[in-house]
Amino acid sequence: MLIAFLTDIHSNREAFSAVLAHAAARTKPVDRFVFLGDYVGYGADPQWTVETIAEMVDKGAIAIRGNHDEAAVGAAHGMNPAAASAIEWTNRHLDKAALRFLERLPLEVVDDDRLYVHADASAPDRWLYVIDGEAARISLEAAETRLVFSGHVHVPAIYGLSNIGKLTPFKPTPGVAIPLLAQRRWLGLIGSVGQPRDGDPAAAYATYDTHSAEITFHRVPYDVDKAAEKILAAGLPAGLASRLHAGR
Amino acid sequence: MAAPRVGPGSVIDGYQIDSQIHKGGMATIWAIKTGPDETPLIMKVPRLAEGEDPAAIVGFEMEQMILPRLTGPHVPRFVASGDFRTLPYIVMEWIQGKSLHTRLPDLPLPPEEVADIGARVAVALDALHRQQVVHLDVKPSNVMVRPTGEMALIDFGLSHHLQLPDLLDEEFRLPYGTAPYMAPEQVLGERSEPRSDLFALGSLMYFFVTGTRPFGDPQSLKGLKKRLWRDPEPPRDLRPECPPWLQEIILRCLEVNPENRHPTAAQLALDLRTPAQVPLTARAERKGQDGFITAFKRRMEVDSILTVKKGPAAGDAPIIMVAVDFTTTGEPAANAMRAMIRQLMGAMPRARLACVNVLKLRRIGLDTTLDDEGEHKHLQRLIELRHWARPLELPEGAVTFHVLEATSPADAILDYARSNHIDHIVMGARERSTMRSLLGSVSGEVAAEAPCTVSVVRARAEED
Repeated sequence: MLIAFLTDIHSNREAFSAVLAHAAARTKPVDRFVFLGDYVGYGADPQWTVETIAEMVDKGAIAIRGNHDEAAVGAAHGMNPAAASAIEWTNRHLDKAALRFLERLPLEVVDDDRLYVHADASAPDRWLYVIDGEAARISLEAAETRLVFSGHVHVPAIYGLSNIGKLTPFKPTPGVAIPLLAQRRWLGLIGSVGQPRDGDPAAAYATYDTHSAEITFHRVPYDVDKAAEKILAAGLPAGLASRLHAGR
Repeated sequence: MAAPRVGPGSVIDGYQIDSQIHKGGMATIWAIKTGPDETPLIMKVPRLAEGEDPAAIVGFEMEQMILPRLTGPHVPRFVASGDFRTLPYIVMEWIQGKSLHTRLPDLPLPPEEVADIGARVAVALDALHRQQVVHLDVKPSNVMVRPTGEMALIDFGLSHHLQLPDLLDEEFRLPYGTAPYMAPEQVLGERSEPRSDLFALGSLMYFFVTGTRPFGDPQSLKGLKKRLWRDPEPPRDLRPECPPWLQEIILRCLEVNPENRHPTAAQLALDLRTPAQVPLTARAERKGQDGFITAFKRRMEVDSILTVKKGPAAGDAPIIMVAVDFTTTGEPAANAMRAMIRQLMGAMPRARLACVNVLKLRRIGLDTTLDDEGEHKHLQRLIELRHWARPLELPEGAVTFHVLEATSPADAILDYARSNHIDHIVMGARERSTMRSLLGSVSGEVAAEAPCTVSVVRARAEED
């Protein structure tokens, strides 16, 4: 089975559409889409984004909850001013069905030997950032599955944990299949579709082949200008538009 | 984990085990029964039952990860691997040949033979490096000589694929490698430097030409680190027959700072194949080791080695081949070719230029260079080639000259490009003529068949 992981779309319709088209153009078709949270916030197309994901979930996709999804239906506590103002705007631009969809998202899903969780698996509702080896170890050790796939940090990375507790961090090269060796446990941080922060403005996602146990990270260039213009036209903070160009 | 039960006669996933052909510290190698027309195969089974050395397990994982991603004649062909949870193994091609280890009783070897072996190993390393893999355990027993003469590298248990997670990097505090051949930066834990393999090959060539290992076989980390500051005895001190050019090449491989070695394995191979054109530096005539004071000073400054600057990738140090044809190109065309070379060499200061001319033989066997006239022609072409390149004002060492003798210029150029791992061929377009429309052009054939980029240069046509 080929799984496509998409995360941190953040209402970026242009990036999300480009990734869906990229995934559809593959010679080996994607069997299952897994969305790892944060569908809204920052970008100008929350309603379309949530509707699209909801339709895909009806057809068998899996979607879990991110902190922005939670904030959009409740309180935006603990967020920086730009994020909080985007969340307040987002809430006003989602219809009832979309809000209900976000409200019902699970915090985590176990699928065979894989755990899907937006942030740190040891405390999924605390939204901690897995930014280094120590955080990766805590997240992996808290999970009971061999593999953990997460988003939240907006930077693609892999961490491998050996059976004697040694941790190997790794920065994946786009397009190169990486075997998640059976004798280790692995944490895959997928990178963001709608707001990449590793210096490359192209949208990020990954595919995982359950048969060969190989994960491949992808980068998809999209119409950044259009996504940025829409953010400005919506009256959202200008910094949310400019950071898309920088990929920061 | 249960001990893998593999023995003569047992069948594993359809592979019938024949006999044990090797039992090493980390793995056991079994021959597999194959039909007479099938590729001979071996099964490598890690020694996990003894399990005392975690490196055996990690090394096996690394090999399982890296080998399936490698292609070409310079590695054993990967066939299958077993599930690590039940029975870990790798089935691969059984290379029909002997390892360089079998040559040890013959040491020292004649310098020309050492250079030939070195060049062929360098070509294999270049093929590996281009596939993003640093071997990190180049030594005689890990180099197999195929019946074709091509060298194949085996045992990727310590290797690093630059685009895959490095499981060994985080796993162990001591450096892994083989003491006599390990590069200084590898001793310090660096595992991403392709030029570490050039150091190991330099140690191997030193050993093969002198019969002595340049740094002995130290068994402690302290002993290993000595190569960071203590220079080896120059090969010519031990073996006066070793020519200065070979000492130059070997000592350049053994430079402590990777920046001072050849930028790529392909450039090293080119040097080993063109001894007469290796620029000789002080290394070539070095006699005796550095004095105590110099070595002691280096020892005190060893920290500067710890911060080895990462060199640019091989893409910045290509070998560019310019195929010069004196018969069809006029001065405007020659100027256009040289302008192109200047641009390329100017953009990549570590690039090497190979100036090549094809001396066309009418028919094989009839005119050869064995007669005086042929030799004269060959030498004359070399002189003309040097003259052609003079306006480029390239430093010695950045350019070499070659006259190839062949009946088909296109085949000669293609063969040269393939066997020397050329990155870019620059050649002139044939002038418009009836001959070209009848016979097709050499550049057209080269552009269609070449293993690399081909630039076909034509002087801007005058407006009518």
